[in-house]
Amino acid sequence: MQLTLKIWRQKNASDKGGFATYPVDHVSKDMSFLEMLDVLNEELTEKGQDPVHFDHDCREGICGSCSLYINGKPHGPLQTTTCQLHMRSFNDGETVTIEPWRAKAFPVLKDLVVDRSAFDRIIQAGGYVSVGTGGVPDANEIPVPKTIADLAMDAAQCIGCGACVAACKNASAMLFTSAKVSQLALLPQGQVERKTRAEKMVAQMDAEGFGACTNTGACEAECPKGISITNIARMNREYFSAVVSSENL
Amino acid sequence: MSWVTKTLKSTLGRKLIMALTGLFLILFLTGHVSGNLLLFKGDGGEAFNMYAKFMTTNPAVKLLSYLTYISVIGHVIYSITLNRLNKSARPIGYAESGASTNSTWSSRNMGILGTIILVFLAGHMYSFWFQMHWGDVPTVTYSGEEYKDLFSVVQVAFQQVWMVALYVVAMIFLGFHLSHGFASAFQTLGLNHKKYSPAIKTLGSIYCVLVPVLFASMPLYIYFTS
Amino acid sequence: MILDSKIPAGPLAEKWTKHKFNSKLVNPANKRKYEVIVVGTGLAGASAAASLAELGYNVKAFTFHDSPRRAHSIAAQGGINAAKNYQNDGDSVFRLFYDTVKGGDYRAREANVYRLAEVSVKIIDQCVAQGVPFAREYGGLLSNRSFGGAQVSRTFYARGQTGQQLLLGAYSALSRQVANGKVKLYPRSEMMDVVMIDGQARGIVTRNLITGAVETHTAHAVLLCTGGYGNVFYLSTNAMGSNVTAAWRAHKRGAYFANPCFTQIHPTCIPVSGDHQSKLTLMSESLRNDGRVWVPATKETAEKLRKGEIKVNDIKEEDRDYFLERKYPSFGNLVPRDVASRNAKYVCDEGRGVNETGEAVFLDFRDAIKRDTKAIIASKYGNLFDMYKQITGEDPYQVPMMIYPAVHYTMGGLWVDYNLMTTIPGLYALGEANFSDHGANRLGASALMQGLADGYFVIPYTIGDYLAQTLPKSIDANHPEFIKAAEEVKNRISQLLKINGKKSVDYFHKKLGKIMWNECGMARSAEGLKKAKAEIKELKRDFWADVKVLGTNEELNLTLEKAHRVADFIELGELMIDDALSREESCGGHFREEYQTPEGEALRDDENFAYVAAWKYMGENQEEELHKEPLVFENVKLTQRSYK
Repeated sequence: MQLTLKIWRQKNASDKGGFATYPVDHVSKDMSFLEMLDVLNEELTEKGQDPVHFDHDCREGICGSCSLYINGKPHGPLQTTTCQLHMRSFNDGETVTIEPWRAKAFPVLKDLVVDRSAFDRIIQAGGYVSVGTGGVPDANEIPVPKTIADLAMDAAQCIGCGACVAACKNASAMLFTSAKVSQLALLPQGQVERKTRAEKMVAQMDAEGFGACTNTGACEAECPKGISITNIARMNREYFSAVVSSENL
Repeated sequence: MSWVTKTLKSTLGRKLIMALTGLFLILFLTGHVSGNLLLFKGDGGEAFNMYAKFMTTNPAVKLLSYLTYISVIGHVIYSITLNRLNKSARPIGYAESGASTNSTWSSRNMGILGTIILVFLAGHMYSFWFQMHWGDVPTVTYSGEEYKDLFSVVQVAFQQVWMVALYVVAMIFLGFHLSHGFASAFQTLGLNHKKYSPAIKTLGSIYCVLVPVLFASMPLYIYFTS
Repeated sequence: MILDSKIPAGPLAEKWTKHKFNSKLVNPANKRKYEVIVVGTGLAGASAAASLAELGYNVKAFTFHDSPRRAHSIAAQGGINAAKNYQNDGDSVFRLFYDTVKGGDYRAREANVYRLAEVSVKIIDQCVAQGVPFAREYGGLLSNRSFGGAQVSRTFYARGQTGQQLLLGAYSALSRQVANGKVKLYPRSEMMDVVMIDGQARGIVTRNLITGAVETHTAHAVLLCTGGYGNVFYLSTNAMGSNVTAAWRAHKRGAYFANPCFTQIHPTCIPVSGDHQSKLTLMSESLRNDGRVWVPATKETAEKLRKGEIKVNDIKEEDRDYFLERKYPSFGNLVPRDVASRNAKYVCDEGRGVNETGEAVFLDFRDAIKRDTKAIIASKYGNLFDMYKQITGEDPYQVPMMIYPAVHYTMGGLWVDYNLMTTIPGLYALGEANFSDHGANRLGASALMQGLADGYFVIPYTIGDYLAQTLPKSIDANHPEFIKAAEEVKNRISQLLKINGKKSVDYFHKKLGKIMWNECGMARSAEGLKKAKAEIKELKRDFWADVKVLGTNEELNLTLEKAHRVADFIELGELMIDDALSREESCGGHFREEYQTPEGEALRDDENFAYVAAWKYMGENQEEELHKEPLVFENVKLTQRSYK
């Protein structure tokens, strides 16, 4: 098949950037979307042009590196990661528009590569249980109801790709933040720091410049790991009860 | 910054205000629509006028009405600040949007819907609320007591076809606003539960149709029956 | 140099305890005066960085990813072994030790493996305390499964994403230390060289991948936690970015490289679909519990199938060859990874492969679905079936899956002693980057165990012993060695940018991969290896004469990043071939065609090859020097593995 690619090109963070159009031929339907871009990049290199830069690594849908906004949707038409999207989801002759994630908190570094370190800082604000190595109780000391462990796992599956932010009309990071808040609020191990965690992570999320939540549900619909917005409700609950009852001024 | 201001400045705090004021306004709408059903009573407006007087004089209702004003103002102000915050979170937009596949139109356009409702509300309050309080409203006497005849003001207003149309259209917008707002408020408050959320969603879907339809039926009824 | 493994004396079970006691301690007030560099932030790196920071050391953690959470540890699916014996099925530290040594075909160090099994139980405790949501039973206790043909249920798991959950646990511990200011994180930074002062590792040179800035960083000790080198084969289940560069640069500075030819080929991967293929996707090993592996009984049927003249479901039962069940009646489809892989290769070499390329075998769930119903199979493997369908476009409920072996893990790596120190004082290697625990073949669910064991429970003790003997003086960042090393890195960069040849970096990588896969893959022969060596030498010449690296250093430049990595892979490839050639026996993942039993099974030579092959770099284009660390087995009896 043949495609026309309309790709955002931007030399560096301070460059204004703009779209460039590239025709690609010989696209096989068995290619993954990123392999199709590999082919384009080989061609560009051959012509002496700068290849299109994009983040990618594991190419099996788990590392969360890939982050392309394809035809108006994060990770393209399917609810999966870009690396797991295959060309059979596209039609011969189609024009495919590829943009980077757009958010103030995710500045573009080059072409389609964005800086997602804001997510790391949200985790650093409290997305952990403060236990050092060693000196912890036996793993079976505290039973955890299976339903709770499963709910925690549902939340913990987040791969930190940022599709939720990209999909949200407000570029909000609520789904990402709430997934971690939820996971640790559900498990007994997370109870001790429960209140402080919710307060600090929300504060950091706001400080990074993400938007608020309008409950449109776009994040949930686009999340490649199917993280539910019930986590956002849980985070809200955690946060509100924390601010009124915690000892933190 | 005290913890209170800090909380109210946070995205979640602001959303809390939106949800609480929104829910209060939903309660208000419920009361408002129930009372106004007296327009259908066919008693020449006696019950409606008595109700109108009660609503403007009873101290408890007064208190509630102040709460309503505050809610409206709070809902509007916070929506403006939130909207600005949300816009600033994405300074460069996308060239292509596939949002229609992942969310409802109303959920993405609450601001526009709200603005339209606000404009309508200003006109609506001028037409009736302002008239009732400070306007030149004729009076009627029931059982020796004098009442402002708001009923006749309503009757006169809805003789005009454009007024009727305006109200009906406004109620459609209100319906869309509520179609997202109702359940969304519960979600924001963190009231999301496997057992109860489906019921809240259903209630919301019923409410967002029923209330605007009842409201819209009033001008239509008056227009077509007089 | 005589390789001193520093294995403590005394009975196996007491070695680690005694060693910990005998190791010197750093005064708590002095710990903050030491700087430790951790390169790589996967399971080993993140856990080490967090644990050392908790102890009070100042840690600098480097990753070429944008975040530590992206490391390829995240992709491990199956689980993590631990000798908890929660299932009351006869597991013990000794049994896990025994299974690991045997599974590694007796080419691992007893003492290291025993320590691994010993600390495995603490890893689970640690992870649970961090909030890792392991699978649980209805009573709320942890669930286990048997994995990779083990006779006991000792594998802990979190759905099919155990690696992810463990990595995120270690990442959270690391994040806490970043917030505390004890770890300084350097994302998007690639290590380009180790800096040595007076024979000790004293820092590293890095390239900032965004700005291209070549920077130097000082430390009293350097930990390489940089994973394996499976991408030398171009196609592997490794992530695209996984590379050998850090380890290789250390090797060139004097760290011996051990058993480089020990690579693990995983039998259940999705086959190659065309030249565009960029990586291979692993399908969990658990599929072999219910799927039956087969190919058509004759070459003719296979040919018709490949041409599309017949449909797979029309092939009659008697025309199918369930070759694993036929050859290994007692283990059947559950034979170890190396055996399953090799046999798939044999039938494909016979011309009985089933996809267009002829390099695939069937993994069929027809009988399992008939026996258990589709619902039950879906509940066990639903997500894997969906993944398969997404990638191939075929529905495994209707037609059999196609699988083929792919490079998955590298048991070889930098040589380390019992303290995980390489032959360079002050330079350590942890996790997949070292060679120590898996011998010639790694058991399923043991990689996660080793990464975390090294990071959480070994290095915090062993590094103290070294640092206690080093003065807590700050290191001079302007020492001539730092300036010299940085200059060398800059020169190499400009050299690559200057070539401006005609062939892309990927061209060389693919070509290298083909050579390695064909001659140093599932089956190796002296003849093939010699041929491959000549080809690689030629490839290296061609690379440095004709590679095309566009752009400049002072920008985000993926081609330049990759060129560095591929250049190192080419050199490593040659060493792997040397190693494979010199090991004239078959063991684990290393199968030399000349050394097999009459039935075609691996034939070990314990008399002559029960050693670790540690290679010393002798200079550009020089043959490397082989040093042998003899392996002594005092606690297990060496036997021939048999799965008949």
